[in-house]
Amino acid sequence: MSLHAAERKLGWGLLAPALLWTLAFFVLPFLAMLALSFAHMEGRAIVQGFDPGNYIRAFTDWSQLKALINSVEITVTVTVISVVLAWPLAAIIAWRVPQRFQRLALLMAVLPFWTSYVVRSYSWLLVLGKNGVINKALMGTGLISEPLALASTRTATVIGFVHFFVMLLTLTIYANLIQLSPNYARAAQDLGAGDWATFVHVILPLTLPGVITGAFVTFVLCIGDYITPQILGGNAELTLPQLIMLQMGRSGNFPMASALSVVLMAVVTLAYAACSRWLRLDRL
Amino acid sequence: MRLLSWAYLAAAYAFVFLPVVVLVVFSFQDGRLPVPPFQGFSLQWYDKILGNGALMTALWHSALVAFVSSALALVMGFLAAHALARVRLPGSVLLRGLLIAPMTVSYLIIALGLLTTFNQAGISLSLWTAGIGHVVINLPLCFAIAYAAMGDHQKNAERAARDLGATEAQVLWHVSAPMLAPALAAAFFLSVTFSWDEFIIAFLLTRFDVTLPVEIWSMLRSGLSPATNAVGSLVFLVSVSAVVLMEIFLFRRPK
Repeated sequence: MSLHAAERKLGWGLLAPALLWTLAFFVLPFLAMLALSFAHMEGRAIVQGFDPGNYIRAFTDWSQLKALINSVEITVTVTVISVVLAWPLAAIIAWRVPQRFQRLALLMAVLPFWTSYVVRSYSWLLVLGKNGVINKALMGTGLISEPLALASTRTATVIGFVHFFVMLLTLTIYANLIQLSPNYARAAQDLGAGDWATFVHVILPLTLPGVITGAFVTFVLCIGDYITPQILGGNAELTLPQLIMLQMGRSGNFPMASALSVVLMAVVTLAYAACSRWLRLDRL
Repeated sequence: MRLLSWAYLAAAYAFVFLPVVVLVVFSFQDGRLPVPPFQGFSLQWYDKILGNGALMTALWHSALVAFVSSALALVMGFLAAHALARVRLPGSVLLRGLLIAPMTVSYLIIALGLLTTFNQAGISLSLWTAGIGHVVINLPLCFAIAYAAMGDHQKNAERAARDLGATEAQVLWHVSAPMLAPALAAAFFLSVTFSWDEFIIAFLLTRFDVTLPVEIWSMLRSGLSPATNAVGSLVFLVSVSAVVLMEIFLFRRPK
């Protein structure tokens, strides 16, 4: 056996555990789910076969399609608001906060990351609920006489999500900003650009990789999340993950749940294709 | 402009901290509801949850599954990263993509796929099936961190060790692993955090031996309670201490 062949054999040997694990517990389950999505229900029994009915239903049955639309609307809203709020925050930390406090400032900004995800949504309920902090404060000052219905609304879901993803985006945009040389801005101003023109045409485009990377991660995590819409949005309007859980739990309709999951994956893949040009996932 | 910046910063931190502060403050509530008005300081809820057997068992399950699944993910991820960084294998770009792929898939879908597979294979659900799911989500993370950390510097040291007669196992254990220690520790720490806090996989893939997030979820069903606040505050305290310790011991750069 040549040295080269021996080395290859060793390489495959070292790779084998991770590869087999991924094949057995990721690829195979995905294929099983894909196959199941073409099955259908007869009573409570699952009948295997090649039936695209679940997919047709996902796009034609309004109660199913509505969940997809809700999910996309909420996710896009959250992503846009988070980017708009996170950009100035990252810029202030990068440009105004003295260098030696920047790490501390970032660490503090992401501190709530370290609470339990379930508990974080719950604690927004304490803030937004009927007897919550906001309603009590507003009623205490006499601004309103009846409590506002903040919890169990789409607004609550969006607030809960934005709270989480502003932190994430601040990190990716900050990482991008501190790599920018101040010379770009100086060059633009020497060439006669005003502050606004420098910002729009020079600084903003240069932070696009950080923005897009953060926005993509936000999109993926947000659209696939069950916890936040379930706790904060309630059952008033369902998102896709809520509908998937409902199909599985209440009706035991695993084929429909599988089809909806494949749709969810397709949406994420589309989002990936849309921003793959700027994505630097390896730099996260 | 300067004043505006500081005002924005203050508002941002207020927004970030508001729910956390409310959570912690009302865990000390001397009353039945964790909402204003604050009725006085009491530790009764902490007393109550520390004496709650189901909760403590769930805590133990979470710790167990977090450490075991992270250790497995770290070892497999490290070996795979070593193989792909060192040895020329056919289709290595594809292999790398395959190992990273689970990162881009929602946890719910990974859980649903595994649930389908376990059901069809007749495997009954337990803490270990949830652990399998946690290795699936943490393996790409460990692999990516280890792979990114491997540079030419290590390559030369490894080659030197091999030339001096070290076996591959000795190279891995005595040269590569110690040189990558900070990255490997960070990967392990992140994995533990993700697994510890993971809800949906644990929810769908366990039956009786549930983890802490699943137990907290079932506490939520009975409505608002300062007991839930107390659990949340304790989890927060533990995580923050871990982050501070990591910051001090692992990420401090020599000045």
